[in-house]
Parts: sequence; structure tokens; C-alpha cells
Amino acid sequence: MYINPMNAAIECNNLTKTYPGKPPVEAVKGISLQIRRGECFGILGPNGAGKTTTLELMEGLLIPTSGSVKVLGKTWQKDGGWLREKTGISLQETKLSEELTVLETIRLFASFYEDSAHPQDIISQVSLESKSSSLIGKLSGGQKQRVALACALVGKPELLFLDEPTTGLDPQSRRQVWEMIQKFQAGGGTILITTHYMDEAEKLCGELAIVDQGKIIAQGSPGHLIKEFGGQTRIEVDFLEPGPDPDWILPHAEISQLCEVGPNRFLLQTSSLIDSLPKVLAAATSAGQSIQTIRTHQPTLEDVFVGLTGRHLRDEVAGP
Amino acid sequence: MNPNPWKKSWTSGPLAQLVYTRLIEFTREPQAVFWVYFFPLLMAFSLGIAFREKPAENLKICLVGNSLSHAKWNLDNASGFVFSNESREVALGLLRRGRVDAVLESRLENGENQPLFHTDPTRSESALAKARLETHLAYLNQPTLKPIPELFLDLGGLRYIDFLIPGLLGINLMGGGLWGVGYALVDLRVRKLLKRFAATPMLVRDLLLGIAISRFIFTAGQVVILLGTSWLVFGVQIRGSFFDFCVLVILGGFCFLSIGLLVASRATKYESVNGIMNLVMLPMYVFSGVFFSAERFPEMLAPIIRILPLTALNDSLRAVMNEGRSLSLLGFEIMVMGLWTAVTMGLALRLFRWR
Ligand SMILES: Nc1ncnc2c1ncn2[C@@H]1O[C@H](COP(=O)(O)OP(=O)(O)O)[C@@H](O)[C@H]1O
Ligand SMILES: [Mg+2]
Repeated sequence: MYINPMNAAIECNNLTKTYPGKPPVEAVKGISLQIRRGECFGILGPNGAGKTTTLELMEGLLIPTSGSVKVLGKTWQKDGGWLREKTGISLQETKLSEELTVLETIRLFASFYEDSAHPQDIISQVSLESKSSSLIGKLSGGQKQRVALACALVGKPELLFLDEPTTGLDPQSRRQVWEMIQKFQAGGGTILITTHYMDEAEKLCGELAIVDQGKIIAQGSPGHLIKEFGGQTRIEVDFLEPGPDPDWILPHAEISQLCEVGPNRFLLQTSSLIDSLPKVLAAATSAGQSIQTIRTHQPTLEDVFVGLTGRHLRDEVAGP
Repeated sequence: MNPNPWKKSWTSGPLAQLVYTRLIEFTREPQAVFWVYFFPLLMAFSLGIAFREKPAENLKICLVGNSLSHAKWNLDNASGFVFSNESREVALGLLRRGRVDAVLESRLENGENQPLFHTDPTRSESALAKARLETHLAYLNQPTLKPIPELFLDLGGLRYIDFLIPGLLGINLMGGGLWGVGYALVDLRVRKLLKRFAATPMLVRDLLLGIAISRFIFTAGQVVILLGTSWLVFGVQIRGSFFDFCVLVILGGFCFLSIGLLVASRATKYESVNGIMNLVMLPMYVFSGVFFSAERFPEMLAPIIRILPLTALNDSLRAVMNEGRSLSLLGFEIMVMGLWTAVTMGLALRLFRWR
């Protein structure tokens, strides 16, 4: 994919970062990316993949061991001050002062910017009007995350960096954060977001880079990635009673693979669910077999990751 | 996107906001207010009362032997003594146990009653009792002798509380600089707020200046409260110029702020900063003459003790407050504090890390 550099919000070439130590940690091993203006670009990967490090290299908070970064056409070394005015950042872990209210916190952050939004407007933008004079220490995790988002938005950024903005939040809070990100994008903003949630990546991102062990292992739109690497759709059929050898289905239903996983249960794989499903049903009827249940599973980004690495995205999901 | 731009006035500028939020945060933490404002007062009160100057106590004398000769010595006219009569054995036992300061025995010698002292050579009260009774007896024998006139010293500036208050001011300035600045910075770093600030256009200058200014506001409050209360309750005064006093407080505060900044320039854990702070503060607590004079330490430690910043601050505060000296006579102390400030501030700014 080639993006006219004039339109690139972020462009980086062969970025590497090695943390000194014994032994040194090669957290990022050569990442090249171009992110278009107005896009929501996602970096998806498991814990320890190097997402935060990559993001902080692009945010100018870490100095790359090698490689170059350009943000909005400028470099951090030369135009750091200008870039700070144009970018908003939410770090993976920041403990805002518990003893300050929401309004006081936003006002503090607003004071740093040459051109900032009105604190009250930003508070209503993240739907915290009713919490405006509550202490940060008294807020829920989702509300705190929205304050962090407000701090990132208060300088009227063109570009937003979000590091795992919904990790640890309940589903409702996650949806609220997503809405705010989408609103920012609708207003013309560019977003670079890291996540290890595939649903988040699928929901928000037009373009995704899947990273593992400091490298990009696949890049493209979620649909493209799933089509390319997600494997086939699975159909699982349970028959009411053990039938004859199910090979009879094969010629009828464009099934690429079939295997028996139980006395009367079969697992089928197909590249096209829409084509296969009616044919499976028709074949079963004509063979006099009654179907008890049918389950289908369409590939997700999780399957893309498993397909590419043989491991799951999240540690807590024990993989087969 | 925003039809309602935020009006910028000086109160909405970064420095004012950084100072304001620090002050607000502080007032919302009751235990911080206690340690900063009430603990020093508590210390001043308890130590001031425990070591209150009392008039010298009467010396206790045990009389032994012929009571007629005791009467002849006209002891009723001797002031500053408490007398008792005991047998010789009991009296010597009391002396040995320190319950009386001296024993005065009347002994028959060549047919006359002669006084004889029993004293304890290890106790200065014992020698004092003997000397004063001897003088009394000498006056009795030679009525023409007149006592030499005596004027009592004005105790202002010499009482223990006068010594203590400058020392307490000193340790508060030290604690304020090290904890208030050093700990605050490490706290910001641990909470990743420092990194978050680095991701905004905020200037390091504003952040450090904000911390320094809010620190000076707390310190000014501390000094006013401690000094005002000890003036009202104990009559502690600043005998020298108030301006000189303020210069010393600001210089001392700045010196410890710089040390705090250096301590915090790289520490990334609360534990490590606690350790370094204690390492820095403990020797000064002990050696810099806070609760008792540093001159009590062995002579050979003196050159080291003299160049500790807290010693310089305490000594110069005492010189101005108690002896009314002017700054021009305190060149050494001012130089010590100035050097510590310059060196630690220079190093701190060079070593400072956001993360
Ligand atoms: N400051 C650091 N010093 C040393 N190693 C680090 C540091 N920060 C991160 N790492 C290591 O670099 C790798 C990538 O970390 P990170 O970028 O935080 O991954 P992610 O955000 O994807 O979880 C991990 O192995 C992590 O342990
Ligand atoms: Mg991370």
C-alpha cells in the first residue's frame, strides 16, 4: 500500500528499539508503517508484543535505537514543540491525581496548550458533566478512562495516540469509549490505537497491523486479514441418530474438509457459508437424516492470529 | 469543532495551574496538613515545656554533730540551702546515694567545735555546696567583708526554647525540600504522570518552578505558624533583622529543594527514594545541632559537621534570631548553603529523567 507522503499522518521506517539491560530486550525489531490522515489505525497483538514501545517511539517519548519516525510530516527532534500541540496521548497506565476534581484536572491539562478547547466542552464531549466536580479518586475505571481521553482531547489534537484505552473496562464503558473515538474520527481526526481485543480492532479500525514479538506479521483491513489468514468457515452438524458414512455430503456441498468428531456429529469446512449451508440441509433431507443442531463459526481476527502464530492473542484463553 | 474557546488569563496559564493544583491537592490531604503544620508545633510545645528553664534548685545539706555549734554558724541566714539533721552514718549514706549534696559536720578539735565537709568529688553540686557554705562561714568570722555585687543575666535568646525553634525551622525546611520536592517528583514519575506531562507542550521549567513555588508557599505558612506560636507562647523573638531572617529561610529552602531535586532526578521507586532521603537526612538530624548543640561532638568531626547544609542553616538562623547578628558576619554559612544549592541543582538538572 502506498500513501502519498502529504497525506500520511505517521510514517515510520525500520523502527527498532532495544532496551538496555542484562540481557538487552529487543522490544521492536524493525517496524515500518504508513498511517493515512483521517484513519483509525490499530496495532493488535498479545501482551509483550511491543505495542506500547512502538507507540511511544511514534509519540516521541522514546528514542528509537534505529529507524525514523515522521508525524504529520515532521520529526520529534526538530518540531517537538509544534507536534506536542497537535497530538493527544493516552498512556497505557497513568494515575491522575486522586485529590483533584475532573474539572481541575482538565483545566490543568488545558493550560499546557496554546490553543485548547474549553474544559467544560471537553467534559461534555466525554459525557462526564455530572461528574465535573467529583474527585478523580471517586470515579469508576470507565470514568477515569474517559477523563484520560478528555486530557488527550483538550489540546484539540489532529492525531490521537491511544494505548489500550479499554483494557480492564466493563462492556458498557468500552462501548462509551469506542463512541468517543468514533466521534473524534468523524470530526476528521486520525487515531493510532493499540489493543489486544480483536472485537475492538474489528469495530474501530479501518487498517490493522498485527504485531508479535516486535514485528508486524500481517497488515490490512480487518476484512482483508480475515479473508486472507482467518481460514475457512466451520459448520458443525449434529444428527439425531447415527447415520451412514457422511461422505455422501461431499459431492453436494462444496465442502473442503469433513471429519467426524463424534458418533453423530460432523465438522465441515467451507470457503462460502452462504453457498454451502442450504446444500448441506438439502443433502441431509434427501438422505433421510434429521438434523438436531447446526452451529457455524466464521473466522475472526483471533483465528487470524492463531493461524499466523499458532498461539492465542490473550494469554488467559487456553489455546488447543 | 469548538465554538467556545477557553479564555486565557494568567490564572489559566500552566504555571498558575501547576501551583494551584498542588496547593489544592495538599489541602485535601489531612494527614499532610498535620505533618507539615501541626507536628512541628507539637514538637516545639513538648520539648519547650520539658526543657523549660527552672531557677537553680536549693542545695541539700545534712548537718552532723553538735547542734549548738550549728546554731552559732547562723545557718538560718544562708539562702539557697535546705538543711537536715542526721546521725553521721545516715548522713554519709545519703551523700553516697546523691540524696544530699554535702554533709557539714561539727567536730571537736582542741576543745573547740570546728566545721568539716564531706563531699562527693564526682558531683559539681557537692563542690558548689562546700564553696558557698565556706563563703558564708567566712563572712561570719569577718563581719567587715561585704559580698561582691551580682547582676543576673537576661535569659532572652539563651533559653532552650530559643535554641530549639531555629533548629525546628531548619529541619522543617530540610523535610519540606526533600519530601515536598523529592518525594513529590518521584510520586509523579511512579504514577507515570511525569511521562504524561512530557507528552504535552508543558515545559520542564514550568513544572519545576510550579513545584518550587508551591513549596515556598507551604514553607512560608509553616514558618509563620511556628514562629508566631512560639513568640506568643514562649516569647521567642528574632533579635536580628527580619529581612536577614527571610533571606536565610529562602536560601535554606532553596538549598534543600535542590537536594530534593537531585535525590529525585532518577529514582523510579518509592522505596529507593525513601532510602536515599533517610540517608541524606539522618546524619543531619543527628549532627547538625537541632535539639542540642553540635559542639558536643568530638572536635575532629567539627570540620565535617560545619559544612553540612543543615548545620549552616541552623547556626545562621540562631545567630540572627538569638544573637542579633547580621548576614555580613555569616559569610561561611551562606557560602556553604550557596555551594550545596549550586552543585546539587546543577547535577539535578543534568540528571533529570521524565521516566
Ligand atoms: N523499560 C523497559 N525496559 C526493559 N524492557 C522493557 C521495558 N518496557 C518494555 N519492555 C519489554 O519489551 C517488550 C515489549 O513491551 P511492550 O512494548 O510494553 O509490549 P505491549 O505493550 O505489547 O504489551 C516486553 O518484553 C517488555 O518486557
Ligand atoms: Mg502495552
